[in-house]
Parts: sequence; structure tokens; C-alpha cells
Amino acid sequence: MRVVHYLNQFFGGIGAEEQAGTPLEARGGAVGPGKLLEQLLGDGARVVVTLVCGDNYAVEHEEELVAAVVEKVREIGADLFVAGPCFEAGRYGMAAGALCVAVQSQLGLPVITGMSEENPGVDLYRDALYIIDSGANAARMREVLGKMAGLGKKLVGKAAIGLPADEGYVCRGLLRDQVVEQTAARRLVDMLVAKVKGEPFESEMVSTSFDPVPMPSGIKDLSKAKVMLITDGGLVPKGNPDKIYGTAATRWGSYSIKGRDDLLGEEYEISHGGYDARFVQEDPDRLVPLDAMREMEKSGIIGKLHDEFISTSGRANPLSNTRRLGREMAEKAKQEGVDAVILTST
Amino acid sequence: MVQITSAMSIAKMVGSNRVVLGHGIVHVTGDAKLAPEEEKDLRRRLVQKALDALQSSEK
Repeated sequence: MRVVHYLNQFFGGIGAEEQAGTPLEARGGAVGPGKLLEQLLGDGARVVVTLVCGDNYAVEHEEELVAAVVEKVREIGADLFVAGPCFEAGRYGMAAGALCVAVQSQLGLPVITGMSEENPGVDLYRDALYIIDSGANAARMREVLGKMAGLGKKLVGKAAIGLPADEGYVCRGLLRDQVVEQTAARRLVDMLVAKVKGEPFESEMVSTSFDPVPMPSGIKDLSKAKVMLITDGGLVPKGNPDKIYGTAATRWGSYSIKGRDDLLGEEYEISHGGYDARFVQEDPDRLVPLDAMREMEKSGIIGKLHDEFISTSGRANPLSNTRRLGREMAEKAKQEGVDAVILTST
Repeated sequence: MVQITSAMSIAKMVGSNRVVLGHGIVHVTGDAKLAPEEEKDLRRRLVQKALDALQSSEK
């Protein structure tokens, strides 16, 4: 098995924070934790090349880094791409995640990485990747690499992958079919009886957890602020030019309201299968309150209403998707100098 | 960001921290039963509430 291993400057042995600006380097053979990885993979597995890059360089030149690493992995004809483990190092985790996603999607190769659940790379990439839960303590290197090697071998051999708790990876939110002995009704009553008796039982529903979102401070001077309207109620121009699906939308659109004081029903349609859209069709201001906001702008209560509103459909959409959509919208708002957003949700 | 929605429990569940209660799922910022001028008044009040919320800070 031919392996390419990615490390940051610290684990690659170049140095600590003062070396974080080091550009990508390729070294023949295994380096640092790669030697242990090689042993743990066994069966003559070989780390052919180790790619080392400083954490700051990686984050500041992500596009370049991704392109260079994908090219290198392709050139070498690797069977497996391994990044990290990164533990709690945020920049390292972000780079490892981006590289794994790129290698996986562009080359169709198995990839594996490891991070602590607190690493921002987990938030961004848990849906797309197998990320071994490394915990924060780098002293657990051997144990973590063991799990990465075990799962990596299974991915290369296209073997069945066990549950997150069995393999040690961070829950990806994937669903899969499983044959069970008892009917749902029977299982439910059994659980209920166990609960009443105070006995342990395991729910089949995994409740979704939402991390707390820090509240940004209030707008100091609204009369100078640029405000943008966003909706998840699916309002789109007639013909739905961006083909935004009414269920599990994968896209959002941005539509001009420049010079308009009012939204007219005949110019819009609603791509959202989750509510009775007749009232909004009749008057889209009932969802995207352009008329009232334009008045606020004209009377100087707000500085400016942004020239475009953003729309998508919030119906029956997996979180992995909605998180991405939200990030993309936030990026656009930031780039265009928007100070505040009013989001209307159906 | 401030969210105007009638699904207050969902907004709270996902951790939205500035929320204004909308005027119904089918017309968050409107009301088909009102006369046009009254409806616009309702919308002005909702939008004003949202703008007030944008200026508020955590206590």
C-alpha cells in the first residue's frame, strides 16, 4: 500500500509557531508520526512521501496548497491519503480537512484524518470525511494512529465500515439500513418499559445537537448600516433561474431589488413545498418585506437596503447542506459590506 | 442577524439569538385578512421590531 502523509511544521519536525509560515515541502519516506503509522498499517505499507507545510502558510494559501497536494498524490499513485492527526490545532485541522476532501473528490482516493471534536475542522468536514476522534492530548498519538490505520486499511480494502463508536470516528450523520428482529412497536414498548423500571435503554433516535452561536454585538448606528434581506421561504423570480429545489435545496440565489419599492406577485414564484404559498404569491412583501424596508431607508432609519435579497428553500434539508448554504451566504454578505441581516423564515 | 419567524421553537432550538415572532407561517410579514394599508402598518411594526433587536446587545 502506497501512502502519502500530510503533517504540519510542528509534527513534520521543522519547528513551532515561528515556522508556521513555511511553504509546502515534500520529503521522501515517513517523517515523525508517519513512521509509527507505517508500522501500524503493516503488510508492507509504505509512506512514499510526507508533505509538510506550516499552519499559517496552509490557511493563507489554501487553494494553492490543495492544488499542489492533489497533484503530488496523483503523481505518486497513492492508495491512501492520511492527514494528521491534528488534535486541537485549528489551522492544522482546517488544512487537513480541505486536503482530504479535495483528494477524495478529485482523485476518488480513500482518505483518513484525525482531530479533536473541538477542532473547527470537525465542524466543517465531519459530514464529508472519516475523522478519527483524537481527543486533545497528543500523548495519545499511538492509539489515535492505530485507529486511523485500522479504518484506513478498511477504506482501501473497501471493507464494511462499522459504527462511529466501534471504529472511533466522529459521527458523520449518515443513515443506513439495518435488519432487526423486533418490530418498531415492540422495540418502543420495550424501551418504555425499561424507562419506567429505571433500566438502561438505547434510543434509536440520535438527537441533533446545535452548538451555541455567540451573539454579535448590536448595531451602534443603524442610520449608517447596510441591511440585507434573506429568506428561506423560497421566493424566486418567475422561472426559478437558479433551479432552487423546493425540498432539500442545494443552492441559494441572490436577486436584485435595486430601485424597487415593492415586490409584485406576477414577477415571482415560490419554490418551497412546505407551506401554503398562495398568500406570498399574491404579495411577496409578506415574506420579503421590501416595501417597509424601503421606507426605513428613505426616512434614514437605516443607512442602506442592500441591492439584492438572498433566497433559498428551508424545507426538509439536511444540516450538512444548510450549514454550507449559511456559510456561503455569510461570506457574500461580508464581501459586500453588509452590516446586518433580517432573515425571514417560514 | 435577526430572524423573523412564526416557528419560534425551531429558532430557539437552532440557537438563533435575535428572534422576532412573525405573523404566521404562510405570511411571516403580512396578513391577507387585513386591508392593504393595515397590512402595511403591521409590516412596518414587525420590521421596526427587527431593527430594534439588531441594535440590542447581550444583557
